[in-house]
Amino acid sequence: MAFERNPDLYRKDWRWQEGDLTVTRTCHWSAPGCHDSCGVLLYTDKDDKLVKIEGDPNQTYNNGTLCMRCLNMLEAVDHPDRLKYPMKRAGERGEDKWERISWEEALDIIEENVRRIQKEYGPESIVGMMGTGRNCNWAVPLITYAGFGSPNFALGFLSGDSCMLPRAAIGAAVMGDLPIIDAAQFWPERYDHEGWKRPDYVFIVGNNPLKSNGDGFLGHWIVEMMKMGTKLIVSDPQLTWLAAKAEIWLQGRPGTDGALALAMIHVIIEEDLYDHQFVDEWCYGFDKLAECVKEWTPERAEEITWIPADKIRRAARLFASGNPSSLQWGVAVDMNVGGIPQAHAWIAMNAICGNIEKPGGNLIARDAYGMVLSYPYGYDKYVSPEMQALRIGLDFSPLHRFAAGAATAHGDSILQCIETGKPYPIKMIWFQSTNPIANMAGEAPRVYDAINKMDFVVVVDVFKTPTAVAFADLVLPAAMSCERNSIRGWWTPTRAITKVSSYYEAKSDEEIVVAVCSRLNPENFKPRTDLELLEEAVENGIDNPPFTYAELTKMVDSWPERPYGMHELGLLRSDGQPGFNTPTGKIELYSIVLEALGDPPLPYYEEPRESPQSTPELAEEYPLVLTTGHRSYEFFHSEHRQQPTMREFHPWPLVEMHPDTARKYGVADGDWVWIENTRGRCRQVVHETPTMDPRVINAEHGWWFPEQGAEEPSLFGVFDSNINNLTNQCVTGATGYGAPYKSQLCKIYKCTDENSDVMPSKQVTELGGFKYDRIQYSDDAVHDNTNEEVLGGRKYVY
Amino acid sequence: MSIKDHGLLINYDFCTGCHSCEVACKKEHDLPEGQWGIRVLQDGPREKEDGTWEYTYMPLPTTLCDLCEARVEEGRLPTCVHHCQARVMQFGPYEELARELSNMPRTVIYAVK
Ligand code: SF4
Ligand code: SF4
Ligand code: SF4
Repeated sequence: MAFERNPDLYRKDWRWQEGDLTVTRTCHWSAPGCHDSCGVLLYTDKDDKLVKIEGDPNQTYNNGTLCMRCLNMLEAVDHPDRLKYPMKRAGERGEDKWERISWEEALDIIEENVRRIQKEYGPESIVGMMGTGRNCNWAVPLITYAGFGSPNFALGFLSGDSCMLPRAAIGAAVMGDLPIIDAAQFWPERYDHEGWKRPDYVFIVGNNPLKSNGDGFLGHWIVEMMKMGTKLIVSDPQLTWLAAKAEIWLQGRPGTDGALALAMIHVIIEEDLYDHQFVDEWCYGFDKLAECVKEWTPERAEEITWIPADKIRRAARLFASGNPSSLQWGVAVDMNVGGIPQAHAWIAMNAICGNIEKPGGNLIARDAYGMVLSYPYGYDKYVSPEMQALRIGLDFSPLHRFAAGAATAHGDSILQCIETGKPYPIKMIWFQSTNPIANMAGEAPRVYDAINKMDFVVVVDVFKTPTAVAFADLVLPAAMSCERNSIRGWWTPTRAITKVSSYYEAKSDEEIVVAVCSRLNPENFKPRTDLELLEEAVENGIDNPPFTYAELTKMVDSWPERPYGMHELGLLRSDGQPGFNTPTGKIELYSIVLEALGDPPLPYYEEPRESPQSTPELAEEYPLVLTTGHRSYEFFHSEHRQQPTMREFHPWPLVEMHPDTARKYGVADGDWVWIENTRGRCRQVVHETPTMDPRVINAEHGWWFPEQGAEEPSLFGVFDSNINNLTNQCVTGATGYGAPYKSQLCKIYKCTDENSDVMPSKQVTELGGFKYDRIQYSDDAVHDNTNEEVLGGRKYVY
Repeated sequence: MSIKDHGLLINYDFCTGCHSCEVACKKEHDLPEGQWGIRVLQDGPREKEDGTWEYTYMPLPTTLCDLCEARVEEGRLPTCVHHCQARVMQFGPYEELARELSNMPRTVIYAVK
């Protein structure tokens, strides 16, 4: 007989006893973080100590599976370096000298500084920042809005808001929503859901979903669909495992997927492969789109992308032949200056092929029960319209005003605001779960200088990060996922996150919200405990969630009804009419909203501002195209570096290059190599692989070395291997969205004793940084050599 | 039931090399740095003459693998099987696993004990 699990060990209750251990069935989110929330069984002993974690086989989101980060949870939770108590700075910034204080004292210090800055400069001079989307998606905005009364919540100086937000913003503009691939994740019965079918083709662009798990999508669902017969088309500058399995692998030059998209649309229209019925009924501006891609032959795209024209044709034909096909896109779409028009093009391609709202196609994703627990949470309730008008970056990036999910202040503009004091000074930053000098911000040395100008800096985190050591006046210990009551509202299902243990004086993000906001804004901010805050969050769900938070804990999860064809059923628009939530009710291939905002209404291609094609002279000195930001199974961005098991698998930062490239520059597998461009340099370890184009190298991000010294100049070596010594700030797309993290130029040379005398950490913290002109948004910078015609005369000015 | 009649089936065609089996095993058996109950070996990536690619991961139970005997006795799956992200591992009696092979190319069955 087949092996059957003992059902007593894997129950559907939310909590039970197994001998001496209590088992709690719940979900994990962060910290430590990722974009997903897998079902877990947490085993605690009689002292409420977490002793074991397993995947929950009854949670169909992950069917019991876990990635190595959750499997290694105990190493994170029990790590000796975790922050245990609030601390205030006892020496100079960067000296790593601290004094333990109580939470009351910490709140006194916060209140004193916030009140002083509010009075002297106004609430808008306080900025709240978090890192990428994790389980403080609503906590940090709420502290910023309700606690500080400021409209300026931002994602850790992220240049061009280029992580999901460009796709979310253009999705909101042209189709009212964000589409994601249908892996039957909207129903608890998953692949057995009536009507669901596996896509014929999945087109993967701008991500390696197995490692990145972006956008609340568990990448291994794609493998499940492959087992059922789904075929892949993969666009990636590197051969990933998925690309090796694909029908077609399109190895493009980083930053040029926009040209690929236009050429694929060209083929689909020219060869009449599109879905006429869907186009007639549900698309607006098809003729204008057809006109605008007319010149975009695959041959023209080949010159730009390096992808052979016949491969582009085949990819377009295969994609269009699927019934349906679906699009799995990722952050690399956002991470170039043409992120918005590229995302627009992919939406257009997918729409004209009729894949939207079809089983196995791309579905409109909304947070279950209208519980939008993310960046806009509390914005309208706590921030007055006058104050909202002061949100940084709105005046030159009106698309930020338009998209509700994009209620962020603009990272580059905040940086420039700090540097110039215009239009108003920034005096305080609250960093919660973000480590911007390690990653997320581009141009890390510049950001280091800017943060040092602050009067008052608070860092809330689980470990003492380089950001905490370098800048914090106050460090607050955050709880990890198993130590908090919380809720996962991002997409479906709504999941309870249930506290099973505690750690010294660490507080959950929810508890920190309550502590800070009830101290700073006791009249308007009502919740007095984390559970009250969570009950209020459930009550705020627009679609009347059929549970209270207390009930959800015992249900573990809740899945709302979700039919296919939401646009036909009138479920997308506030007026209840059929159609998409756009001015025309259709998917706007030609965007009425962009036109009204003064942005180009049709997709277009924008060449990276720094590339062998746009800056050939620069390319003579810096001949290699540099891409970065790809993920590994071990780490989530700058997290997990202190866990010995992760470092056993992945001890050093790796820069991948073709063996020919390594030979050409006299380096070999395992050598430390300097990667350098006009803005700075960093060092990483060579990994030779035939998966790269010899003209491109691929460096890792997020590295710091918790085992190295904390105090400056070391800062845990955060600048030494930091690829963001080479990236940009204030070089963004016409809409203010999209920045060129994925496409720079660089050169490499082997590290020697002589050329390693001054390490980047010393250069940045003691020698005033690398010497070059830092780009500012202005009339005469950035755009003087590029694409004036497609920018519609827009100027970057304050 | 005797654990000696049971083996591990792995459809390596879809093994993504995600390391979950390795870490799950290390944690379950409290293995120190450098020790493994299962290792994920790699062949490729290598371009073939027809322009397609060989890129295969092959998990290999080591001599430390005890088929998670203690777990199995309690009624739990071996932890590598339980957590495998691509769900390519199965645990069961050999005859049953062998029946799976006919419609599952690029699959191995390991007799461990
Ligand atoms: S993706 Fe990995 S880290 Fe994230 S919740 Fe799932 S198992 Fe945990
Ligand atoms: S069966 Fe158990 S001991 Fe053997 S490899 Fe898998 S996890 Fe390790
Ligand atoms: S867990 Fe599964 S998919 Fe991941 S490496 Fe092991 S066998 Fe392969």
